[in-house]
Amino acid sequence: MERRLSRRMFSNLLVGGGLLIWLGTILQAIFRYVIPPASGQVGSLSVLAAKTTELPPNSGKIVRYGSSPAIIVRPPGGEVRAFLAICTHLACTVQYRDDLAHIWCACHNGHFDLFGRNVSGPPPRPLEELQVVTRGNEFFISKRA
Amino acid sequence: MKTQNSKVWQWFEERLRISEIVRFLSHKTVPRHRYTAWYYFGGVVLFLFGVQVFTGILLLMYYTPTPEAAYESVRFLVGEVPFGWLIRNTHSWAANLFVLACFCHMFSAYFMRAYRKPREITWLTGFLLLGLALGFGFSGYLLPWNELAFFATRVGTSIVSTVPLLGGYIGETLKGGEMVTGLTLSRFFGIHVALLPLIAVLVLLLHLALIQRQGMSEPISQQHHSSQEEAIPFFPHFFLREAMVWLGIMAVLLALSILSPWELGTKADPFASAPAGIKPEWYFTYMSQALKYLPGRILLWEGETVGIVGFMLGGLYLLLVPLLDRGAARGKPNPIFTIIGVCIILFMVVMIILAYTVG
Ligand code: FES
Repeated sequence: MERRLSRRMFSNLLVGGGLLIWLGTILQAIFRYVIPPASGQVGSLSVLAAKTTELPPNSGKIVRYGSSPAIIVRPPGGEVRAFLAICTHLACTVQYRDDLAHIWCACHNGHFDLFGRNVSGPPPRPLEELQVVTRGNEFFISKRA
Repeated sequence: MKTQNSKVWQWFEERLRISEIVRFLSHKTVPRHRYTAWYYFGGVVLFLFGVQVFTGILLLMYYTPTPEAAYESVRFLVGEVPFGWLIRNTHSWAANLFVLACFCHMFSAYFMRAYRKPREITWLTGFLLLGLALGFGFSGYLLPWNELAFFATRVGTSIVSTVPLLGGYIGETLKGGEMVTGLTLSRFFGIHVALLPLIAVLVLLLHLALIQRQGMSEPISQQHHSSQEEAIPFFPHFFLREAMVWLGIMAVLLALSILSPWELGTKADPFASAPAGIKPEWYFTYMSQALKYLPGRILLWEGETVGIVGFMLGGLYLLLVPLLDRGAARGKPNPIFTIIGVCIILFMVVMIILAYTVG
């Protein structure tokens, strides 16, 4: 009697364990499947953001940086800077407000200064800064090293 | 009965034993008491779900789920296809009435303590259905690919990502990456027209089967007042009244669709700045509005995270209320649960009003 029971237990374990492993394998494949692979290009991407004529003092422009929007700004008297335009609050795309001369997010009224620092409203962190390189009369942006 | 002897009847009877179903239907009753009217809401939800399936299938005939063509396909549907505007408006309005009816149905069941033993599982399936209804709303909102919906989805999925532990993974799974892109649109489309309908139909069938099995719940206060003789026979009495309600809803729905068409707005541009006035659908505004009043950081956590965990705890409370409110099953309703319910409704209503007035 005892032997038969343990045999049954053994076979149950075998079948149950096998089933679990089988399920686990499939599930982990699905879990990985649903996240697409990174496009991989952004790392050293350098993008032409604007011509100098397109960016007069006290203006900003949203440009495409890989799959993300970036913002390049030229303050009234300062140097040109660029940031990822994704608000650190809940990921809206920010914009340059020439009346305030700084960066603003319309979604929940978040303000960033010209260094990308969150100065008021809900954003918890500064914007991620990009590097701006001027070549001739063109501005290129890339990730900071 | 004469019809029961007809050949056709006999043919089906021999195979399917319909007389049993007829007998069951003729015995089914609906309790009669002062809160009977609230029972209609379940049927209203069911009716609106049917409207959504029907109009949804019609919309599918023209809709194209890609960022390049989605907006244009909806504009074509609304502008050129005969009665396309009517189908889309009806789908949008019915979606809103559907969520509203779900809330009414849930809160009426809540206040009547319909969740008490032995109907805990019915309550659970109902809770799931409400979650699915919100999922339908969230996924459907993005499909026209207009600016407001695009950024509302960016904000909404970011909120999902702030959920501790699994939030990041779920957020990325929903979006199909870090940003809202064409992949997000494909996913939301699949979720909206295949995944959610499948799950919803299964859970709905279970919900309805449980109600047939257990009969309708009566509020504790009315149990002594209503007797089996007074109960309303479901068929045809209650059914016909419900049908009248459906007709009324249908009229309201058509009037809304004709008099107040749904805006399409401007096409989403993923590389444009977010416009002011981003708002989710009203049934999410009580959350988004409340989040606005939280400071950026609360102790160690970001304000959003605290808010979201708060809402999850609220949801968990509703889910578990059959287990928390033990007294109700013994016929002793605890007023505390009524007070909590009223507070939840007040909170939601105040936040929604604030979202649409203060902004
Ligand atoms: S998303 Fe920018 S302030 Fe909320």
